[in-house]
Amino acid sequence: MFSYTIFIMLLPLLSFIVLGLAGMKMQHKVAGLIGTCSLGMVTILSYITAFQYFFGLDRVNGVYQTFVPYNFTWLPLGNLHFDLGILLDPISVMMLIVISTVSLMVHIYSFGYMHGEKGFQRYYAFLSLFTMSMLGLVLATNIFQMYMFWELVGVSSYLLIGFYYPLKPAIAASKKAFIVTRFADMFFLVGILTFGYFVDSFSFNFAGDIVMGQGTTPFIEGNLAKAVAAGGFIIPTALVLMFIGGAGKSAMFPLHIWLPDAMEGPTPVSALIHAATMVVAGVFQIARMFPLWIEYAPQAMSIVVWVGVITAFYAAAVACAQSDIKRVLAFSTISQIAFMMVALGVSLPGHHGAILDNHAQLGYMASMFHLFTHAMFKACLFLGAGCIIHAVHSNEMALMGGLRKYMPITHITFLISCLAIAGIPFFSGFSSKDEIITACMEYSPVVGWIMTGIAAMTAFYMFRLYYGIFWGTENKEAHAHHTPHEAPLTMTIPLIVLTVITVGVGVYTTIAGFAEWGGSFGSFVSAAGTDYTIHFNMQIAATSTVIAILSICLATYIYKGEQQPIADRLYATFPKLHRAAYKRFYQDEIWQYVTHRIIFRLVSTPIAWFDRHVVDGTFNFLAWGANEAGESIRSWQSGDVRQYAVWFITGSVALTLILLCI
Amino acid sequence: MNYSEFLNMVPEFVLVLALIIVFFADFFASRNAERKASLGYLTMLMLIGTAVTSAMTEPTQAFGGIYVTTAAINVMKAILAFGSLVVVVMATSWVEKNLKLAGEFYMLILSTLLGMFMMMSSGSFLLFFLGLEMASVPLACMVAFDRHRKESAEGAAKYILVATFSSGVMLFGISFIYAATGTLYFDDVCAAVSNSPLCIMGLVFFFSGLGFKISLVPFHFWTADTYQGAPTPVTGYLSVISKGAAAITLCTILMKAFAPMVEYWDYMLYIVIVLSITVANLFAIRQNELKRFMAFSSISQAGYIMLAVVGNGQLGVAALTYYVLVYIVANMAVFTVINVVEQNNGGRTDMAAYNGFYQTNPKLSFLMTLALFSLAGIPPFAGMFSKFFVFMAGVQNGEPMAYGVVFIALVNTVVSLYYYLLIVKAMYITKTDAPLPTFQSDANTKVALAICTAGIALFGVASCVYEWIAAAGI
Repeated sequence: MFSYTIFIMLLPLLSFIVLGLAGMKMQHKVAGLIGTCSLGMVTILSYITAFQYFFGLDRVNGVYQTFVPYNFTWLPLGNLHFDLGILLDPISVMMLIVISTVSLMVHIYSFGYMHGEKGFQRYYAFLSLFTMSMLGLVLATNIFQMYMFWELVGVSSYLLIGFYYPLKPAIAASKKAFIVTRFADMFFLVGILTFGYFVDSFSFNFAGDIVMGQGTTPFIEGNLAKAVAAGGFIIPTALVLMFIGGAGKSAMFPLHIWLPDAMEGPTPVSALIHAATMVVAGVFQIARMFPLWIEYAPQAMSIVVWVGVITAFYAAAVACAQSDIKRVLAFSTISQIAFMMVALGVSLPGHHGAILDNHAQLGYMASMFHLFTHAMFKACLFLGAGCIIHAVHSNEMALMGGLRKYMPITHITFLISCLAIAGIPFFSGFSSKDEIITACMEYSPVVGWIMTGIAAMTAFYMFRLYYGIFWGTENKEAHAHHTPHEAPLTMTIPLIVLTVITVGVGVYTTIAGFAEWGGSFGSFVSAAGTDYTIHFNMQIAATSTVIAILSICLATYIYKGEQQPIADRLYATFPKLHRAAYKRFYQDEIWQYVTHRIIFRLVSTPIAWFDRHVVDGTFNFLAWGANEAGESIRSWQSGDVRQYAVWFITGSVALTLILLCI
Repeated sequence: MNYSEFLNMVPEFVLVLALIIVFFADFFASRNAERKASLGYLTMLMLIGTAVTSAMTEPTQAFGGIYVTTAAINVMKAILAFGSLVVVVMATSWVEKNLKLAGEFYMLILSTLLGMFMMMSSGSFLLFFLGLEMASVPLACMVAFDRHRKESAEGAAKYILVATFSSGVMLFGISFIYAATGTLYFDDVCAAVSNSPLCIMGLVFFFSGLGFKISLVPFHFWTADTYQGAPTPVTGYLSVISKGAAAITLCTILMKAFAPMVEYWDYMLYIVIVLSITVANLFAIRQNELKRFMAFSSISQAGYIMLAVVGNGQLGVAALTYYVLVYIVANMAVFTVINVVEQNNGGRTDMAAYNGFYQTNPKLSFLMTLALFSLAGIPPFAGMFSKFFVFMAGVQNGEPMAYGVVFIALVNTVVSLYYYLLIVKAMYITKTDAPLPTFQSDANTKVALAICTAGIALFGVASCVYEWIAAAGI
């Protein structure tokens, strides 16, 4: 049925191998075309898959079925086995659409953006590698395969952040990203092993029945009873450990420190990896393990909620004070991913019998929905930022201002995406964010109001960014030698496509939400796999819209003018707060202190001494001994055949004697 | 006599046919250089046919149980035919220098292989001994193939002398077994053998004879001289094919005929394995001559191979076969590089010749490095997996002694890493004013290297290879 899905994995792998091995001998154009064409085919295949999956199949009891077209046992180890395969269910198919669309847009965009760069072919090879790994991650049939591809996306992210490797900050940023996420992944691995040890399976087969509430056997494969008998805390512990890994990839506080620095990579890479796909891997992981969370670890869900809330607030606060446009977008990404995390966390069980109630359905659906819409508009924002950087050759807002005259297309698309992220009705962000806030309100009004406040901050800092770039004073000095100009077609077309998706999805889902139509996002992706009709809670929708508009007005009032007296006065009144926010509340410094002063000095130094003197000494002694022994037995090998025969017979006799003695 | 029973011996039958075809092709190709050169391709084709038919043959027996094959033996035959194929592919560049004798060389390879096949599928000591000799005598000719080089003749002389001696000792051992049990058939020996001193002496002397073929310490002394003297492709052949055949034969005979004496031969293997690995490593550390060095490396690898036999367990045969397969690709990659370097360098095989090799021939040195990593057992190359399975087979019975032996073997892998890396160091790090000039290797060498490298990279991670072998081994 879905046997062609294997090509979704193979095509990018193939283009990675071709470009990696032979890319340097190709012309830039050829290499780019190979990468883009293979990705184009992947996109087509993904769309066909999605179409066939969502529309071509009948639901059984109103539930989308899970398909496993391939599952190949790679390494059997007793009961446990590592498999490689492809699993299709609503969320993985949805992720296929997101990844292939954004990746294709980035491939096209990079033609213009990376034009003439040294290492153009290498860049496309890494993009293919990344896309392959990300697709493998979402299509994984078991947690171990997910982990493997999880590490592969980490590697490709490392390679792409460090793309400009002659520049020092790029190297530092790539190392930082790798080390921080690896540190978190260590917990992920421990979680996987704990899970595998107690449950005897890595498979995602548990999905099915718990949520959908039809079966009686929670685990099709594996031995849950054993895990529960071993202690009720085993599964929650494993899940929380996995969540730490997810928090590292998804840049949750306090493991977020790598993401802002990762902006040293080329901007399209930031759009693809650090906004739309890889950074949501943590959210995807929780969604994947969701049946286990709500069934066996509902209390632990509050960890997810509060980590999300803190991160969302922190990142929004920092974003208000940044001056580098990519940094603003990076913190905004962190904050938005935290929204998705919170939405998953607030999907508390509360299921009656085995059927989930609305409540859990809503949070899960909202989280996935926001993942989808966010990927589109945030990729658009990043690509727009890329156009701007391309035009003014700087990331600093101080060098921009008044660009709307020069770059109309970028301006319009950027504005629409800002409206979407701010949560204005008829733009895609509104529908998804509103559902998140509704879910939070149902969970607890406190969380709900905090999230509403953060949504207001989001609208504020995004429009601060927008006005800073496109309005305000034009920096004539910077533009004296070089007038900014609109980006070439290869770069503007992806912007337009993403904007059309944002508006189209926004208009349709907004109307569908108010009119309570079926066939909106909830019909395709929901926790139970059933058709879930979205309907807005009018009160919340109205409140959040009003708040968003007020925030935008505030930002307009403060930042739109040529002179910005209020902003200056605010700096003057709270210089320390601004400084702290600009410095990201000193998170990097705290980590530096902990690692360098405490871990390196108190733990690593003594261990290094032990290693250098005791361990090395022992081995040097052994090596010296082996060398001496080798020297002293050299004479045995004399070259004299008679002597060989003597040794031969002596050996045989000696062996006989020994065997006779035992 | 029922002649139709010959039809049960398909792989041997194919090999005999191949021998005849190559013989006539050689006969009719006389003095025509072009036709002579194509003999190599004919042989390759024949070997591919042998490998395929071996892999597809069902387990059978013939002539009242004197000829017995199992699924595991058939897999091993396929692997050895594949290994010989790699040897032939890599040898063509060298054979072209001795075109007059090309036909003889290929026929010798095919006839040794035939002898090994006989030896592996023997059901009685009689056929076993015949097969062994059938494999040994042509091998001596191959070692002496470079007639005009003194070392080649010397190596062959030593080989044939020690081989004769060891055959004598082994026959002595077999006669003891016959005296004690009154039969030469493995199954009957198994039923009649006891722990009497006569049987123990028979076991040890029999073991010494095969220990010579596998070059286990203390029966290994010929190895270094012969490996050094023999032409490089022949050294490669000796180190993998001959050794692999002898190892699987020893394994089957110990498990079949001497099963009741398992405690004794386990003990014997512990001693021999520890000695082989340790002594060979100590010798290898101080070698400057690459072929001699590879001789000691192969002795220590033989120790690892034997580890699979310890414990008389199910996993053993599969682990051994897999080890031999992986060892074939890694070792043949090294010998292919040695061979081309020798061809382009006036016959130098000392380690100093490789100083700065990376500067001039980066691709070759990279492939050589991969092969050495696999030999040393560094993940993710196949060598690491094969060592892992062998260790697992060694301790499967949970004998405390076996754990000790595996521990010593583990420590020795560290030592072996050191000396394998010495070559890597010479190639990459050691600076020299006069590195080897850059040269272009011929197409066949490239093919051989491609096969070997693909094997090194894939046999480990592609679990289906091991599962295919394991399915046959049980």
